[in-house]
Amino acid sequence: MGVEGIGARVTRKEDKRFLTGKGRYTDDMTVPGMKYAYFVRSPYGHAKIRNIDATAAKAMPGVIDVLDGKQLQADGIGNLICGWMIHSKDGTPMKMGAWHPLAVDTVRYVGDAIAIVVADSSGEARDAAEAVVIDYEQLPTVVEAVAALAPGAPQIHPEAPGNLIFDWQIGESDAVDKAIAAAAHVTEIEILNNRLSPNPMEPRATLGIYDTAEDHYTCYTTSQNPHVARLVMSAFYNVAPENKLRVIAPDVGGGFGSKIYIYPEEIICLWASKKTGVPVKWTSDRTEAFLTDAHGRDHVSKVKMAFDANNRITALKVDTIANLGAYMSLFSSAVPTYLYATLLSGQYAIPAIHANVRTVYTNTVPVDAYRGAGRPEATYLLERTMETAARELGVSPAELRRTNFIRTFPYQTPVIMNYDAGDYEASLNAAMQAADWNGFAARRTQSEAKGKKRGIGMSCYIEACGIAPSAAVGSLGAGVGLWESAEVRVNAVGTIEVLTGSHSHGQGHETTFAQLVAGRLGVPIESINIVHGDTDKVQMGMGTYGSRSGAVGMSAVVKALDKVEAKAKKIAAHLMEASEEDIVIENGELKVAGTDKSVPWFQVALASYTAHNLPSGMEPGLKETAFYDPSNFTFPAGCYIAEVEIDPDTGETDIVQFVAADDFGNIINPMIVEGQVHGGIAQGVGQALLENVQYDANGQLLTASYMDYAMPRADDLPSFTLSHQNTPCPSNPLGIKGCGEAGAIGSPPALINAITDAIGHNKLTMPATPMKVWQALQTAH
Amino acid sequence: MYATSYHRASSVEDAVRLKSANEEGKYLSGGMTLISTMKQRLAAPSDLIDLRHIPTLRGISIDGRKVTIGAATPHADVAASRELAAICPAICKLAGHIGDPHVRHMGTIGGSIANNDPAADYPAGLLGLGATIVTDRRSLSADDFFTGLFETALEEGEMVTSVTFEAPEKAGYAKFNNPASRFAMTGVFAAKTAGGIRVAVTGAGASGVFRHPGFEQALASNWSADALSNVAVDASNLMADMHANAEYRANLVKVMAKRAVASAG
Repeated sequence: MGVEGIGARVTRKEDKRFLTGKGRYTDDMTVPGMKYAYFVRSPYGHAKIRNIDATAAKAMPGVIDVLDGKQLQADGIGNLICGWMIHSKDGTPMKMGAWHPLAVDTVRYVGDAIAIVVADSSGEARDAAEAVVIDYEQLPTVVEAVAALAPGAPQIHPEAPGNLIFDWQIGESDAVDKAIAAAAHVTEIEILNNRLSPNPMEPRATLGIYDTAEDHYTCYTTSQNPHVARLVMSAFYNVAPENKLRVIAPDVGGGFGSKIYIYPEEIICLWASKKTGVPVKWTSDRTEAFLTDAHGRDHVSKVKMAFDANNRITALKVDTIANLGAYMSLFSSAVPTYLYATLLSGQYAIPAIHANVRTVYTNTVPVDAYRGAGRPEATYLLERTMETAARELGVSPAELRRTNFIRTFPYQTPVIMNYDAGDYEASLNAAMQAADWNGFAARRTQSEAKGKKRGIGMSCYIEACGIAPSAAVGSLGAGVGLWESAEVRVNAVGTIEVLTGSHSHGQGHETTFAQLVAGRLGVPIESINIVHGDTDKVQMGMGTYGSRSGAVGMSAVVKALDKVEAKAKKIAAHLMEASEEDIVIENGELKVAGTDKSVPWFQVALASYTAHNLPSGMEPGLKETAFYDPSNFTFPAGCYIAEVEIDPDTGETDIVQFVAADDFGNIINPMIVEGQVHGGIAQGVGQALLENVQYDANGQLLTASYMDYAMPRADDLPSFTLSHQNTPCPSNPLGIKGCGEAGAIGSPPALINAITDAIGHNKLTMPATPMKVWQALQTAH
Repeated sequence: MYATSYHRASSVEDAVRLKSANEEGKYLSGGMTLISTMKQRLAAPSDLIDLRHIPTLRGISIDGRKVTIGAATPHADVAASRELAAICPAICKLAGHIGDPHVRHMGTIGGSIANNDPAADYPAGLLGLGATIVTDRRSLSADDFFTGLFETALEEGEMVTSVTFEAPEKAGYAKFNNPASRFAMTGVFAAKTAGGIRVAVTGAGASGVFRHPGFEQALASNWSADALSNVAVDASNLMADMHANAEYRANLVKVMAKRAVASAG
């Protein structure tokens, strides 16, 4: 504890450089001889490439070379892959079409990379890219998932007939059908989960450097997981063996999932650096980001929820079609399956659940994990259904949820997950109290007097974080383990470096990880450095996504710290001629408990390195490595309440209050946690009210800039009322559950439940734009 | 951005001379549309003739109720002018809600109306006020100046030097923002001028800014928001896009017109 330990509101160590413009991002990296890349991209949603003529482009000023997919293929660079195998219910493996980093004969979405131009300046590279002449044969396109499954739809990959990638199921279909047939009430609803563009503030960028003398590659990249990037580029794309490839993800300006994946540009710039003999840098512009960063969500689902006469849920049946875009991105198959359907029990005891999920190719940018990844889709579906059921059953939404809450733990759901701890009613009660739920009727009357419509809605979410037990995910098809590693390196004078495989791109690890160490050892936080994002420095790591860095990454640090402390205690006991068991570490000293004997931390560190007087047989030095593999997922949960006022003349929604009551387990830094919740809710407001990726029928992206893609801004948001009802997570040493995605998961259904409450019916899809709300109000009249 | 040559004009005459010497050149004022368009490689003028440093083009002068605003006056100056607010607060409010602070400090009234974006605010303001647009060679009424989507009566090489108008007895502006761009998805400027009632609509018309005779007639006999309640808005000539179809825009035209009148007092 203390002012810098766990639980303290320590201001962020990294903010000085970010706020003073001293951050070092990939695009800031400059190396001698560096040149610039521009990608020639498909202007069509679907076309055959008949011919590529780069003759004129190669003759343009400053141009070093123009390289295409056939050259890449000839050099043995492999296709991009999806790293999670899913089998259809008939036992057949998912049908993955080939994704060439540079398209060879066919382009399948607007933005598909075709050739790379390397030139002295980015302007010259772009000029030359415009001079590359490509002869296309346009093919018919399909952009909607449901349409892509229809008979006669354009065929996108020969490997996937009818564009169906897999037809997967989970749960007991017969039991669900029986329960529905016997139900006292069945709520049926169709749920659309709108497609989103991730929009991190820093666009993607990469710098590929090939060293001829060493036959070695260095890749600077905007990645959430540089070690995974190295592994995949080595093992699957044949860029270089791991010992000949260093991947560095320096400061990264946000990811939200979109920087997990290995994209074509990283691979191509490394290869192009070898091909051209110069370091090659590429930085995406904003429209390129809209066109090529993996999108999120895009589900269409049909839901049936069955109730008995006491309003207890007896079964849930879900049929989902998920749009995966033109190619299978790295974890695209896991998102609408094991990250989605396994959360369909929500906070409720549901005896029988069945979900069927079909994933589909379309002529759109690939879809993969985006903040929440599957869990927002599950939560939106479930919480919209619960709200609708409460209205149909004539009971209060809170009452229906209370009736069905899981109350004893551990709880085994019918869809794999085993919930370890939680107190859902505590969050529900706290949220209702904070929102003055009971005073809503009076507030609605006041709004009506002003000619406004007022509504209130709640959402009780659960998510699975801290991914994940490696053996468990391996059995479900994951191509990697999901442990984390850490090294705690104590220097000779007692300062400390913590090397972690987690990667911070906005989460504040340099502060929170240091808080853990400062609290444990009682040393100043300034004496601790967190090192991450470089495969040459950090031994190994799985990176940061799925709210895993606290629960998994910090647990690895705890394990390494345990080893460091044990050794330090042995040394201190030896120096003070005391028993090892009597040594305690407090305030930067190792003390003999119950005496005034102590030795400062730095002296123990120094003693370990001078090695003049160590216990017999002990190795010099004080540094330890640990790998932590979680034994379970963690289960953050909570209750969100949104209250809105709608102007019926314009359909404009004003969020008049937003309450979040969360159970994140133990909290390292409340200030950072609040920031994560604020940001998550802002993204949830974006999904619910503003954001929507739209393609036209030809596969042209209509929302390719901020002129048409509506991002949430400060004045779209109210002040948030936050609280925590924490039940420590029993499965990891710090009791952490994770907080990074909750806001984005819990908020959309609360908002849409509130808006549909205000307008008086359920015919509304996200985003609830002013026009859609106004139209819904016309229907209501 | 493609390569271009930059010229800083010292006077109106200098600017006109530079423009005539560079046929593929463009006048540059605040650049809030032109520079973005060039960055996206959607425009490629050979030369840019910067008008912002011509001293006579900038500033607001008021003579009784006659207002003259120099073409290179940024929106922020119009928004902050106390003298102007004393006689025509509606135009100050309009200017104060264009874009964001960066746009308001760079963008100019002359640049805005010469560009005549169908979702820009100033065209509605000037058409609603019955303003006169003064160029290097003539004066045009706002009714004649705005001719279509991004189209004006300006001839090749002609440049706006100022706008003038008589402060109205009453005026109000109300707009509804596009949720993404925050341009006007519909903006209505209503004014009771010496020459009669004028109601101008931006952001909604399929051919750009337009006057609404139905509203003007209704307000001529009864200057009140309620007077507009039974006036029909024809959706057939309105813009439709992914953010708002014509029917919704028609609704917004009426709602914003009522709010504009109500805010005028």
